[in-house]
Amino acid sequence: MKKQIEHEHAKKEPLIRLVKRDALPTWKIILIYAIAILGSLLLSSVICSLFSSKNPLKFFSALFIGAIGSSRNIWILLQDTALLLGVAVALVPAFKMKFWNLGGNGQILVGSLAAISCMYYLGGKISDALLIPLMTIASILAGAIWGVLPAIFKAFFDTNESLFTLMLNYIATGLVTMFLMIWLEGGKKTSLEPIAYGNFPELFGSKYLLTILVFFALAALMYVYLKYTKHGYEISVVGDSPNTAKYIGIDVKRVIIRTMIISGALAGLVGLFLAGNIDHTIRMDSARNMGFTAIMATWLAAFNPLVMMGTCLFIIFISRGMVMVRADFGFTNDSIANIVIGLVYFCVIACSFFITYRVVFRKAEKAEKTKGEKTV
Amino acid sequence: MEKQTVIEFRNITKRFGTSVIANNNVSMDVKRGEILSVLGENGCGKTTLMNMLAGIYYPDEGQIIIHGEEASIRSPKDAFRYNIGMIHQHFKLVDVFTATENIVLGTGKGEKYDLKEAKTRITAMSEKYGFHIDLDKKIHEMSVSEKQTVEIIKVLYRGADVLILDEPTAVLTPQEIKKLFAVLRAMRDDGKSVLIITHKLNEVMEISDRVAVLRKGEHVKTVNTAETNEKELADMMVGQKVTLNIDRPMPENPELRLNVEGITMVGNEGNFVLDNVSFDAYSGEILGIAGIAGSGQRELLEAVAGLHHLQNGSVTYINPKKDKPITFYHKSFERVMELASEGMLRYADGKDFTGKDADGRALPKKAIRALVEAGEIFFKEDEIINLREKTPLQIRELGVRFSFVPEDRLGMGLVGNMDIIDNVMLRSYRRGKSVFVDRKSPEELANEIIKNLQVVTPGTHTPVRRLSGGNVQKVLVGREIAAGPKVLMAAYPVRGLDINSSYTIYNLLTEQKKNGVAVVFVGEDLDVLLALCDRIMVIAGGKVMGTVDARTAKKEEIGLMMMGAAAQSENA
Repeated sequence: MKKQIEHEHAKKEPLIRLVKRDALPTWKIILIYAIAILGSLLLSSVICSLFSSKNPLKFFSALFIGAIGSSRNIWILLQDTALLLGVAVALVPAFKMKFWNLGGNGQILVGSLAAISCMYYLGGKISDALLIPLMTIASILAGAIWGVLPAIFKAFFDTNESLFTLMLNYIATGLVTMFLMIWLEGGKKTSLEPIAYGNFPELFGSKYLLTILVFFALAALMYVYLKYTKHGYEISVVGDSPNTAKYIGIDVKRVIIRTMIISGALAGLVGLFLAGNIDHTIRMDSARNMGFTAIMATWLAAFNPLVMMGTCLFIIFISRGMVMVRADFGFTNDSIANIVIGLVYFCVIACSFFITYRVVFRKAEKAEKTKGEKTV
Repeated sequence: MEKQTVIEFRNITKRFGTSVIANNNVSMDVKRGEILSVLGENGCGKTTLMNMLAGIYYPDEGQIIIHGEEASIRSPKDAFRYNIGMIHQHFKLVDVFTATENIVLGTGKGEKYDLKEAKTRITAMSEKYGFHIDLDKKIHEMSVSEKQTVEIIKVLYRGADVLILDEPTAVLTPQEIKKLFAVLRAMRDDGKSVLIITHKLNEVMEISDRVAVLRKGEHVKTVNTAETNEKELADMMVGQKVTLNIDRPMPENPELRLNVEGITMVGNEGNFVLDNVSFDAYSGEILGIAGIAGSGQRELLEAVAGLHHLQNGSVTYINPKKDKPITFYHKSFERVMELASEGMLRYADGKDFTGKDADGRALPKKAIRALVEAGEIFFKEDEIINLREKTPLQIRELGVRFSFVPEDRLGMGLVGNMDIIDNVMLRSYRRGKSVFVDRKSPEELANEIIKNLQVVTPGTHTPVRRLSGGNVQKVLVGREIAAGPKVLMAAYPVRGLDINSSYTIYNLLTEQKKNGVAVVFVGEDLDVLLALCDRIMVIAGGKVMGTVDARTAKKEEIGLMMMGAAAQSENA
């Protein structure tokens, strides 16, 4: 009798249920991510070979050659990782405070513009030893202003910071366009020639090393700042519960403004390196859209600056590798590369769902038996 | 005659995750025409069990049998098909609709949306069971009790024969509870089954025919109310004997500590949240604040703590400093100089200290610092500090030792995502000049709180949002008491806590009182207020209705004061 009731019961149990998991051990989490990444790459390779009728295995070799195929590729991989990490480091204190700074691009761009302006107007007139510190101050200041503007409005008028920072991106692009018009004599030239002044010195004979060291060091410092300082503590309290911050006597306005000065200044610093160490010139898209890509890196790292080193490396690895895949597979435009990158991101994000939840299917054996009963 | 069984739970088990078992192998039954109390401490699984009957959860194991047939209740809609309706603790009504519209809302597709016909039906039902309700009144104009009535009618209107009420008396005054009980009895006599989820023993005794006691997810026993008593039920509930009386010593040398005079605060909608409120709090006593939820108790405490802008009135703190040396521990240098210029300070020999030497020249900063640090400067009188329009930080910088246990524990008192250590140091993290936070002494304090208050937690590094309500509250109260307050304000500190945790909190408050702290306690359970406090101030609609002696006051008296104003706000 009792058994029969159980079957009755099984019939009515939902087919799929989601059950919240207990915390998984770290190695399992890493394994799940690894499987997700591998799976997405396999899928990507199939898609790429479908579109080009090339061997899907070729996808992997091209991916790795593109990313780490030569020592130059490795250096560029690390440099680009460092730049992205720099932007992620800039964004992370704001995000921890739940201040959605979508203005990374703009903050980088104004930082870069400030440095380029110094190089353009003062280059050759003063020595590089004087010019470079000046550029540094100008970039940091410009980035900080671009960061603090939305913070002031948020703190005093409770404006929406996402929209505000987003709009400032357009203003920054507009500013760059305006200066380019002036410098290019109203369009007689198509782009600004690299400026030979104010270029950063090479470190141990490498033009990549300085960028890499600076931003990896900043990431470590940001980790300490967020985790061990009073400022970092205040940021967490304000981000998690503004009411608690108020109750405990934290000056919320001050924390918002202070944090966004830091956030903007760091983004400005990335702009400085782009201007003084890498591009030596400026375009409207000089920020390489890192203001948005870095958001991905911070979220994947759960706002931990040390983990961000890994997520930034991963993101740059895929996008650098895809450049080679694109060339090898003969794709004429970016679309396929973007599809692959999107696919990889999707799989990585989706797998976090399976880390939180467990899917339980209705027991198959019971279901079969109920089928039998139904026909009776 | 044996009553007919309507619902039977058979070996019901419900898990959340793998470690939390909300219900374990529960078997019990519900009969036709009875009022069954489902009794248990918080977190014993009584609401989970009822939610499975109402279609909100689905059992992992076991069956629910309705009228002898196994039922599968997968949604509230399914529940209604079995004529089961649940009235939740938080009402689910549309604010801008009238009572009738809310009642009719969401009834079956085939039915015509005929308000007139519905009204006749509802009126007939109201007469039958003795509801008093204005059907054309909008929900947002209603008192809590009226809203509850609408919820009950809504369920009946859909033809429910089994009604589940989740803590129906939590937000009602004694008079309203009486009315509710009369209605429930009428429904029982009409053959309906009424299930009441509760943890209030006296109400169980008063209303129910049978009591099902749950403990830690398991069904202990179902007993006939007539054959049991409060003591026995309490023992079954907690599994061990608990003393139901709270220790209440007489206040010793009460001194005025906090004076609130005529404060007025206007809410977002231009209404008076606090209307000319005045009260005094004395050291060594517990001042209770009673009132229907939402009468301004919460805002009152927050206003005193410096979280709200006040239109009128004064908040004054009397710091017992007479003949005590002034220190830099609680006072800044600027504050010392301010007090000196106000003539509040003296040397040990009684001469005035004004910060100047005999010739009227200002003393060097260094010399003053040395004098204060040597403990040679004393207060002449108790320090009187005006707190109005000061922020919480300014209040603390003035050397006022306020502790405040806010109503919203995780939203205001603590940070849910932070661990116990980080939460414990919220009050003290600024200490010292270092840019780094010191987590060492907070860690010791966290361990002390865990040990002394028996906080159940995997460790000091567990985010507090993962702790149960009672343990969250212990962390919060522990931190506030560790700050060594002179005034301790607590808003609903035992809300949602089980009996043992509640008593831990009561004892802590009483201990603070014995230490000469002025305790202000906002509570909702009148029995507790009457047993714990020395005086009780009753507040209603933002106004003070009066203050009574808790040792002599009657429950009905307080209930009436709470109600008197409730009636007024209805007229307004």
